[in-house]
Amino acid sequence: MLLEPALTVSGVLFALGVLGVLLRRNAIVIFMCVELMLNAANLAFVAFAQQLGVAGQIFVFFVMAVAAAEAAVGLAIILAVYRHRRTVDLQNINLLKG
Amino acid sequence: MALPPLTLLWVVPALPLAGFVVNGALALVAPGAKRAVSLVGVGVLVLAFAAAALAVLELAQLHAAAPLVVQYWDWLPVGELQVAVALQLDQLSAVMILVVTGVGALIHLFSVGYMHDDPGYARYFAYLNLFVFFMLMLVLGASFPVMFVGWEGVGLCSYLLIGFWFTEKINADAGKKAFIVNRIGDFGFLVAMMLIFWHTGSLDFATVFPKAATAFATGGPVVTAITLFLFLGCTGKSAQIPLYIWLPDAMQGPTPVSALIHAATMVTAGVYLVARCGALFALAPVGSATVAGVGALTALFAATIALKQWDIKRVLAYSTVSQLGYMFLGVGTGAYAAGIFHLTTHAFFKALLFLGSGSVIHAMHRAYHATHAHDDAQDMRNMGGLARHMPWTATLMWIATLAIAGIPPLAGFFSKDEILGAAFARGAAQPAWFVFWGMGLAAALLTAFYMTRLMLYTFHGPNRTGDREREQLHEAPPLMTAPLVVLGVLTLLGGALNIPLLFGGGARLEHWLAPVTDVAVAPAAEASPATERALVVSAVLVAVLGLVAALRLLKPETLVPARLAPPERGLGRLLWNKWYVDELYDAIVVRPVMWLSRKVLWKVVDVRVVDGLLVNGTAAASRAVGWVGSRLQTGEVGVYVVLFVVGVIAVVGAVVR
Repeated sequence: MLLEPALTVSGVLFALGVLGVLLRRNAIVIFMCVELMLNAANLAFVAFAQQLGVAGQIFVFFVMAVAAAEAAVGLAIILAVYRHRRTVDLQNINLLKG
Repeated sequence: MALPPLTLLWVVPALPLAGFVVNGALALVAPGAKRAVSLVGVGVLVLAFAAAALAVLELAQLHAAAPLVVQYWDWLPVGELQVAVALQLDQLSAVMILVVTGVGALIHLFSVGYMHDDPGYARYFAYLNLFVFFMLMLVLGASFPVMFVGWEGVGLCSYLLIGFWFTEKINADAGKKAFIVNRIGDFGFLVAMMLIFWHTGSLDFATVFPKAATAFATGGPVVTAITLFLFLGCTGKSAQIPLYIWLPDAMQGPTPVSALIHAATMVTAGVYLVARCGALFALAPVGSATVAGVGALTALFAATIALKQWDIKRVLAYSTVSQLGYMFLGVGTGAYAAGIFHLTTHAFFKALLFLGSGSVIHAMHRAYHATHAHDDAQDMRNMGGLARHMPWTATLMWIATLAIAGIPPLAGFFSKDEILGAAFARGAAQPAWFVFWGMGLAAALLTAFYMTRLMLYTFHGPNRTGDREREQLHEAPPLMTAPLVVLGVLTLLGGALNIPLLFGGGARLEHWLAPVTDVAVAPAAEASPATERALVVSAVLVAVLGLVAALRLLKPETLVPARLAPPERGLGRLLWNKWYVDELYDAIVVRPVMWLSRKVLWKVVDVRVVDGLLVNGTAAASRAVGWVGSRLQTGEVGVYVVLFVVGVIAVVGAVVR
């Protein structure tokens, strides 16, 4: 019941997130694309939970909690980088390398 | 309390070990506590001698035909190899422990006087006690490994005591030389031990020797190899050709050490080993012939060198090498009792000679010290006429000289005569032994000559010490002469231990040793009484000839002190330089090894291979791999994401399929 459409939407969302991360340069946008991927995964969890039990739904809560924490830390890092460099373009942030 | 017989045998070696611990602690904590050190150092030896005597008495009462083995604990239980810490006492060990503790106690006592003013007094006695402990382990060990512990231990103590005054390079070098030369011999001992284990599956004397006759074919290659490797060990420890070169240098140590370690006990370990392994040597005619031949050659060769040495201790050192050669001639011939008899009498008279020379050096040293002269206190050219100043030492050393020369009825006469007689008797079956006998006889002539020369130059003729020094020459204190007197009595009467049947004696030592030596040898051919008598007469004649020749030919009046002496010429120079054997070894062994070490092992193997290839190569390789990996770390987040996504797809793809 609604599994196939839900998984299709989830796959499309995930692919959009990956493409966004791969192609965009702005740290904020990349960050939002990562959130997009997480939500795609959440959608897949909820869809599967219909047939395989509540474990998937419970997992979604964990993912949301981790995503919230990650959002806090990630935004703080981006903010710190911005204060330091006056930009959040990742092309200019490449000092840490071998 | 009914203990099995001789359970308390451990007390004998444990006493000197305790002495070492106490004296070692004192050397670290209170080096000035000389009274305590002497009390402990000499006391443990006297007690050990008493314990040894009690043990031997018990052994004599038991009339044991087999050795009494006392096991204490398992030492190396490794698969088939089962080695226990076990001591054994049989008639051979009994003779050895009595000699070691008895002569050892006398020499310890002498050391109290000789070393009294030395700052390393406590350290000296600690080493000396430790030496006696290891020596007792060597002769009491019931298996090859236990014996080997003692064997290595006495080598260590020898090294420590040769280099006792290590602040002078020449002493430290002499110690190192002794240690390194002995390593070559120890390698032979180890190889022999492994061969024995490989072929008999055991290393205990009690298992190996009864098995030997069945495990090895008579004259077979294995038993011959074992005996030859064992003898290589003996040539190192007992200073035989080709490894004798360390012993004369070992005279750099204190003189009582020379007497104890490098004359009376440690250097006879090789003779003991051959006698102990008689069962093996009896199966290897080539091995026995090698032992006898090398012994005879060494006896003659070392005696020639002794003819021209000026250092009083070096003469005695070469004399020791020569007398050890006699012992090997004896045990190689199969006359184990004769070899051990000579070992015992030699311990008496050679210890006496060394201690006597010690008392001479002590007097000379004090005389030079009093006048602040810097002449050599050991050079005989600086002595002369000392009999007037040191009558006791001179008399006692004359007794020892006559004994070593083989003048009847002193100790050395009987033992040397037995060895030569046995060699001659063996000659009937194997003519090579006639040659060995001839060499032994020639060595006896030289022995009488060089010993008389030593006495003549040291104690007779005009004094060459110097006018001011002469007034300072005094006899040693009673503490030092007392051991000399005891040894002198033993030298006079020691022959009574084993007066042969020919002189109406009972050959008591031979009977005593019979349980050990009978299993070892097929009975040797006995010479007829007429031949024996002729042999004895010839030996005595040769000794007297040597004595008289020395008295006639040598003129102590013409000698000049060492610093004025002209260089030697001709044959004398060759002998004075010891046949240039040290130089020869230096050229064919030491220099090539140094060259190899420096130019190949250091410059190529160490610098290029180990440092260059292995150490720096590893570093360079990991740095290169790291550099390749670091190319991925671009700092561009986009690249990381691409790699990450590709990686996830690859992993997921792999899992799903």
